[in-house]
Amino acid sequence: MALTSIVSEPPAAVDRTESLWRTHLADFLRSPAAVAALAALVVLLLAALLAPLFAPQNPYDLAQLDIMDNMVPPGGQLASGATAWLGTDDQGRDMLSAILYGLRISLFVGASSVLIACAIGASIGVIAAYIGGVVETIVMRIVDLQLSFPAILLALVLLAVFGRGVDKVVLALVIVQWAYYARTVRGSALVEKQRDYIEAARCLALPRSRVIFGHLLPNCLPPLIVVATVQVAHAIALEATLSFLGVGVPVTEPSLGMLIATGYNYLLSGTYWISTFPGVALVIVIVAINLVGDRLRDVLNPRLSR
Amino acid sequence: MLVYVIRRLGQSLLVVLAMSTLVFLAIYAVGNPIDILANPDTDQAERDAIAHRLGLDLPLWAQFGRFLWNALHGDLGRSFVYNESAVSVILQRLPATMELALTALVFSILIGVPLGILAGLKSNSWVGRSIMTGSILGFSLPNFWIGLMLILLFAVELRWLPAGGRGATVSVLGVPLALLTIDGLKHLILPALTLALYKAALVIRIAQAGTREVMLQDYIRFARAKGLSATRIVGVHVLKNIMIPVVTVIGLELGSMIAFAVVTETVFAYPGMGKLLIDSIGRLDRPIVVAYLVLAVVIFAGINLVVDLLYAAIDPRVRLSEVKG
Amino acid sequence: MSALLSVRDLRIEFTGPRGPLTAVDGVSFDLARGEVLGLVGESGAGKSITGLAILGLIDPPGRIASGSITLDGEELVGRTEADWRRLRGKALAMIFQDPMTTLNPVLRIDTQMIEAIQAHERVSHQAAHARAVEALARVGIPSPRERLSAYPHQFSGGMRQRVAIAIALLHRPALLVADEPTTALDVTIQAQILAEVQALAAEGGTALLWITHDLAVIAGLADRVAVMYAGRLVEEGAAADVLQSPIHPYTAGLIASVPSRNARGAPLRQIPGAPPSLLAAKVGCPFAPRCPRVNEICERVMPEPVAHGAGRRARCHYPLTVAREIAPA
Repeated sequence: MALTSIVSEPPAAVDRTESLWRTHLADFLRSPAAVAALAALVVLLLAALLAPLFAPQNPYDLAQLDIMDNMVPPGGQLASGATAWLGTDDQGRDMLSAILYGLRISLFVGASSVLIACAIGASIGVIAAYIGGVVETIVMRIVDLQLSFPAILLALVLLAVFGRGVDKVVLALVIVQWAYYARTVRGSALVEKQRDYIEAARCLALPRSRVIFGHLLPNCLPPLIVVATVQVAHAIALEATLSFLGVGVPVTEPSLGMLIATGYNYLLSGTYWISTFPGVALVIVIVAINLVGDRLRDVLNPRLSR
Repeated sequence: MLVYVIRRLGQSLLVVLAMSTLVFLAIYAVGNPIDILANPDTDQAERDAIAHRLGLDLPLWAQFGRFLWNALHGDLGRSFVYNESAVSVILQRLPATMELALTALVFSILIGVPLGILAGLKSNSWVGRSIMTGSILGFSLPNFWIGLMLILLFAVELRWLPAGGRGATVSVLGVPLALLTIDGLKHLILPALTLALYKAALVIRIAQAGTREVMLQDYIRFARAKGLSATRIVGVHVLKNIMIPVVTVIGLELGSMIAFAVVTETVFAYPGMGKLLIDSIGRLDRPIVVAYLVLAVVIFAGINLVVDLLYAAIDPRVRLSEVKG
Repeated sequence: MSALLSVRDLRIEFTGPRGPLTAVDGVSFDLARGEVLGLVGESGAGKSITGLAILGLIDPPGRIASGSITLDGEELVGRTEADWRRLRGKALAMIFQDPMTTLNPVLRIDTQMIEAIQAHERVSHQAAHARAVEALARVGIPSPRERLSAYPHQFSGGMRQRVAIAIALLHRPALLVADEPTTALDVTIQAQILAEVQALAAEGGTALLWITHDLAVIAGLADRVAVMYAGRLVEEGAAADVLQSPIHPYTAGLIASVPSRNARGAPLRQIPGAPPSLLAAKVGCPFAPRCPRVNEICERVMPEPVAHGAGRRARCHYPLTVAREIAPA
């Protein structure tokens, strides 16, 4: 008459030595699209970084350009004897080199603006969430106000005032983006604030800045990482758009958008290569980053199980 | 319901006022208003006259009052290039941009909702997955590049549609509309499609997520238990429930659609407000830029208001919760 | 008279990440025309899933692995979706537990009722509307005409359930499956709804399959009772018989744990332990770990259904009819 208490099926043995990152990485690698995208990104990144080493020509060095080289179709010969695999533009710039250097600018602007805006926005967001009260309300009102205004218009107006230049573009993009990160981080911070470890940190009488930046912020990072990754693509796209519209980087340091703009005028006459190839490069970068970011979001989202 | 409308109206007015204050401060307090609002070709005497007319010798708060007064009368400066009131120059181009934005809106719903629902119903099949991947492309690809590719394909290669410009217009109540002519429609298709793609991609994602969520609900099971056809279940029960988030997003994005029209109009040489803005920036016609900013704020506030009201019309719970207070 | 509904060896499986899960394992029972059968058991016993299977609403990752369900002699398992749509709402109906989520919140009540009518009959909008008014009146909703143009959230939980019942009975179905429809309601409303459903069903000749975990509900309502445990039917019989002299120890435990049956001030009686995980290997009687009458054979062999008189069955090696001391709980 033994009243053996029921033993439910034992929980699946959890290997606690397996690190969180490794599970995430394994998850990430399960999507072929994301892996391909990541590979493409790495290749492009290397190409951009090492461009000065193997690009046939430095397209920014006006001395190297020969106006007689202009409008050479892909595969044609340059005056110097080298082959312009992707053709040349109306200034005689070799498109391949121009694209590689343009990639540098696009990636630099995208990554740096996101990093800076992220740092500023995340700090503001987490501080506002932690302090709460009137400060938080005012900050979030400003954030909402700015976010309700379309980014492109804001960037346009800022650059119209600042003028052209890579540094000014980065500044404009930072101003346009910070609010988005502030709102994202503030949302996570509000949730994390309730958790016990924050209470514990406070009980230890740690200084406020330590609690905020040492404990609260690191735990708000996962959604921020996803958002920031995709935002790099948006920042690159936005810079390309601004350059296309003629308010971005200067003509002497063309980014991919600038190159496309130059080629726009010749599109209807059949000289397609000035716009198309930079366009393809731009699209590959943007799509690759988006695919990676999308996969990252699915991997880091605890509510989804594939 | 009326209380709700009035309250929202008040909020919108407040926002417009706040933004106008910012614009005012940017011009009059931070910048040099003479540089911004006076034609650089004028001589000193004329500039003094303009300064007096703008009331620049008055204290700041009085200037603000003047600014608001003028703004309410539609006077936000004179365009250097067109030598007309900046506001009227912009308003002349407004119908073109509105046609473009609204057509794009319609396209984005017509494309996005069915595809999104399909992706939600078949989320585990290749159909659903390819639609979702396609949607990623839709909102990550830069607007201007899509436009260029469409021009290359449809205008240069296939020669089916024109590469730019606005078509023939018909005057309705004094407003020239291109929607009512075949030629006008042909000119609208490519730009509207370009503009719509970004929003369509967003709509697809929202419709898909909404559909997946709704299909799990009890009321769908009850609807099936009633013996309703799949068409009815999807077309009525699912659709009405997902329209709420869709309308929200579309509404909020309509403002940015008007903003992005700036790019699309430039690519297609479409004579709307957006192209005017870009040209004016390039030509340093600053009064137009200022006037555009203020008008943009008014339009966005108005759009948010309409969206909120539409929301209340579709979702009865919102209306009644307002009544209960 | 042949049974209206006949379930034989029904087996329903779910494919999960850790392997297949058998939610319903070899369940068989009959339901006569106009009869009220109470399907009783704890959460997770498989009763709701059985109900859903009868309406053909088992979706992947679940499926009917084997067995048969016949309605009026016609096999239901394996029917096409088109066939199901003809049956659902007309010959078969179902109401669910949570009245708050059963009705679509963004559609009006009349829309949801008229579409149920028009799904099976070609009637005009006005005719359908009139029938809807009449149906609401029959379930006891005051001023039905005005109420029809309302939205679900304007009704209380009890009212919403009444609307659901009205919709379910619109076409006078032969069988109504009620999946714990009163569990989420106030106790006082519960009693009202129970009485009304009983009356309406009797009036329309509708058989009721009433799924619940609450014995008190069954006591006043059902003609017959079937008790489920861990996906299996462990006891079946006339309600009065089962409740007064249970055969299976689980049934006895359930009855004993009803609070009103316990002496005031005495600790409440419980069945110790918890139901088994449905992923565990199936050897022997699933109730064995908790059974006060357990013996060695119970842990090795699953008891087959044994008749204990007319219309009475149980699956137990040591049923309570056999002399064996029941240990005090």
